[in-house]
Amino acid sequence: MGLIDKIPAYLEKTPGGGILMTPLNWAVNEVKASSLWYMLFGLACCAIEMMATGASRYDFDRLGMIFRATPRQTDLMIVAGTLTLKMAPRVKLLYEQMPEPKYVIAMGGCTVYGGPFYHDGYSVLKGVDKIVPVDIHIAGCPPRPEALMHGCIELQNMIRQEKLGQKRDRPGLRHMAAGTTRPSGLIVPDSMRIVQNA
Amino acid sequence: MKRQDFHRKLTERWPETGLDEDCENGLVVPVEAIHDIMQLLRDDPETECDYLDFITAVDHPPEHMHVVYSLYSLGKQHRIQLKVIVDRDAPTAPTVSHLWTNAEWNERETYDLYGVVFPGLKDPRRLLMPEDWEGHPMRKDYLHANLASKPD
Repeated sequence: MGLIDKIPAYLEKTPGGGILMTPLNWAVNEVKASSLWYMLFGLACCAIEMMATGASRYDFDRLGMIFRATPRQTDLMIVAGTLTLKMAPRVKLLYEQMPEPKYVIAMGGCTVYGGPFYHDGYSVLKGVDKIVPVDIHIAGCPPRPEALMHGCIELQNMIRQEKLGQKRDRPGLRHMAAGTTRPSGLIVPDSMRIVQNA
Repeated sequence: MKRQDFHRKLTERWPETGLDEDCENGLVVPVEAIHDIMQLLRDDPETECDYLDFITAVDHPPEHMHVVYSLYSLGKQHRIQLKVIVDRDAPTAPTVSHLWTNAEWNERETYDLYGVVFPGLKDPRRLLMPEDWEGHPMRKDYLHANLASKPD
């Protein structure tokens, strides 16, 4: 009954079973947030960090996130890496092929604003939010797996605040910057701190 | 074979062949003879350059553009770089794609980024940039609306 204790619900026990009453809004949001399947594609070096996050050491599975190799089965697109102008229409097509509800994470400096290619990158799209709506921006070049997981948890928290029947593209919910702050669970031990000699 | 041996061999037929002062393993050859030179270097049993490393170009405004060929011999384990100097306003060099198949993509890339035209190339489309792209980005005077101005 550990889960039952945590949810906002009323449980009435009857012989042979029980009746669970809970807000539909909560149940729908919890289902959406607990199985964010992300699309399996990477564009540049951020994809290496995304692979590391998906592998056993950081383990995306414990957030309920597993990769799918087709846009038809995904809820989340993690744009991981430099997006070139030639690739941009393809990424937009992939986004349009995803079923609703769909979310986008812009991972790394290149997808946020162009990154190191901001001045000299003639072929780089300066920010993936120019072609698809972005829910979470994650800073870093590339972001560490902790930062990516922090962004995903922030996205789950955003999903839990959604209302039923609410139009999701309203401004305010999107374009929230997350991951720019330090993940709260990340503690640097004293042995790893850089001590500056005076 | 060293560069001097290549130089000696090529000057027998093309006396205007010179040593490249920018590259310690390079030769400067006349552009109109590049096809015959490549054929000789590939088929001669002494040189036997059966592997084309790459083709690229170097932009030297305002007048010249250099097209660079790097050849390697897998059997003899020697390497030579050939450079031809072409006009920057209308850079043209004959294709060598019928000697080495991989020259086709190298020449497409060189056309894409530098604007060097290779007459005789079967499929002269762009390779890397989008097909409707205008201009050749690796030229020194290239400007594009996507380039942001740098802070002072």
